[in-house]
Amino acid sequence: MKIVVPVKQVAVLDEEFEVLEDRPGVDPDAIEWDLNEWDNFSVEEALQLREAAGDGEVVVVSVGDDEAEEGLQACLAKGADRGVRVWDEELDAADPLAVAQVLAAAVEQESPDLVLCGVQSSDGVYSATGIALAEHLGLPHVAVVKGLEYDGGGNTATVERELEGGLVEVLRIGLPALLTIQTGINEPRYATLRAIKQAKEKPLEVKGLGDLGLDGGAVEAAAGSRVRSMSHPDTGEGAEILKGSPSEVAARIAEIVKERMSG
Amino acid sequence: MSGVLVIAESRQGSLRDVSLELIGAAREVKEQAGGRLAVAVIGAGAGEHADALGADGVDEVLVVETPNEHFEPHVHAAAVEALIDEEEPTLVLAGHTIDSLGFAPALAARRGLGFASDVTRLAWDGGPVAVRGGYGGKVDVELDFPGKETVLLLLRAGAFPAVEGSGAARSRNVEVQAEPRSEHLGFREADTGDVDITKAEFLLSIGRGIEDKDALEQFEELADKMGATLSVSRPLVDAGWVPNARQVGQSGKTVKPKVYLALGISGAVQHLAGMQTAETIIAVNTDPEAPIFTVAHYGVVADLFDVADELAEQF
Repeated sequence: MKIVVPVKQVAVLDEEFEVLEDRPGVDPDAIEWDLNEWDNFSVEEALQLREAAGDGEVVVVSVGDDEAEEGLQACLAKGADRGVRVWDEELDAADPLAVAQVLAAAVEQESPDLVLCGVQSSDGVYSATGIALAEHLGLPHVAVVKGLEYDGGGNTATVERELEGGLVEVLRIGLPALLTIQTGINEPRYATLRAIKQAKEKPLEVKGLGDLGLDGGAVEAAAGSRVRSMSHPDTGEGAEILKGSPSEVAARIAEIVKERMSG
Repeated sequence: MSGVLVIAESRQGSLRDVSLELIGAAREVKEQAGGRLAVAVIGAGAGEHADALGADGVDEVLVVETPNEHFEPHVHAAAVEALIDEEEPTLVLAGHTIDSLGFAPALAARRGLGFASDVTRLAWDGGPVAVRGGYGGKVDVELDFPGKETVLLLLRAGAFPAVEGSGAARSRNVEVQAEPRSEHLGFREADTGDVDITKAEFLLSIGRGIEDKDALEQFEELADKMGATLSVSRPLVDAGWVPNARQVGQSGKTVKPKVYLALGISGAVQHLAGMQTAETIIAVNTDPEAPIFTVAHYGVVADLFDVADELAEQF
């Protein structure tokens, strides 16, 4: 069984950050990078399926510059077998639909039995890349999966789709398929120090757009939008900030609670 | 290409609230988009909702009856695609909901549509302009869609005013051919547990900030002492520390207590959706930029344990 897991190294902003003035963006010095929270769960699910099957391969794929290398290494350290990183400067402003187009070309080369994506990334929060990727690959898909059981023979899977308000839909889907995985579906493992060292020996291939038969024009055409501007959000009046020592603010909170609850 | 096409949403025989918000948003840009506003409702028994969707400003309700009883993403994508071919709208609006996440990105990719999800504001400048969060909601990003004949936007539930009352828009049935690629086996309600947090007037809500399962007991005791009901944000349910019945947010419960005291909850969009209409919101968090402070009435930038220890002395 071959499972491809597209992952993303996400941008985490410092508490203090500046929005750039000359173009839409934020000061790169304020960005730290981390593996997307959802991807810990999609990778874990893939590893557990491979372990249950007794053989197979888990391939992690990421579209990103040097920072994405670290995220892929983290996945390899957890137990993924192989990594593929795709990068080209033309991808700098790629939106989820453009990324899906690029991922499609990379994933197609792998001919997987199953593709598992995170439901969303914690920075972009579009929840779009995975399902757009499924379309390009021609795969049936289910979004926001919180339970997955591989049926006997491996031709179908029974999945639980998480709906609003705690409702769950149970459904069956034929394989190969693409699922977007929700947090909480499993308990992601941590890599051991030894595994982190060994991960550096695992294959991690870097591909350019040309290697995938794409170019900047194809990426631009696939994009769903263009960023016009970026700004600090208008937070309205915001909260009244209570200041003082912990005991002073606790007293004030107690006062507010008692007043509101008696009213 | 002209006009706006709204994709209403229903589940288990009921129209979902976001449908009327989509119509509210559509009415605001209807004239700039070319004048016509059509609202489509897709599914088995879709016709039952036609009257409720015929609000003032809606020109026509399009009813697409499907053979599958429940939402199926591949059928839904095919139905909306057929409606786009027929209506040739400039703008298509659907909710940023779990169902939409299952079909809309696929359709956008298939047809090369302009696309954005989780849109919180909508304007017009020669074409649609959408505002959504970036970097996890820490910035506002304004998007436009040059060269796109049709733009599909998923609007955040609760971000646009719902229309009220139903008018007398005519309705029409539309036939669509589509094959499902997944099979519905059933619905399962989340375990209700022993508590109904939607009935509580005072919620003490804790999140990722408590860091350790062992800390739970302290907050159960604090809630008791304060006369509050304990609720939580998603990470504590994901970790298996607390049952789903106590979860506030999109995938948990929507609550509207008199007082919502949030300790160590940063306020992801999905959480805010479940509590932002509480009468009084008090938030304690170490990060002054935490999104929870944008909906809170009172905020404290501090370590939640320091405040919790002192709170215990006050009740």
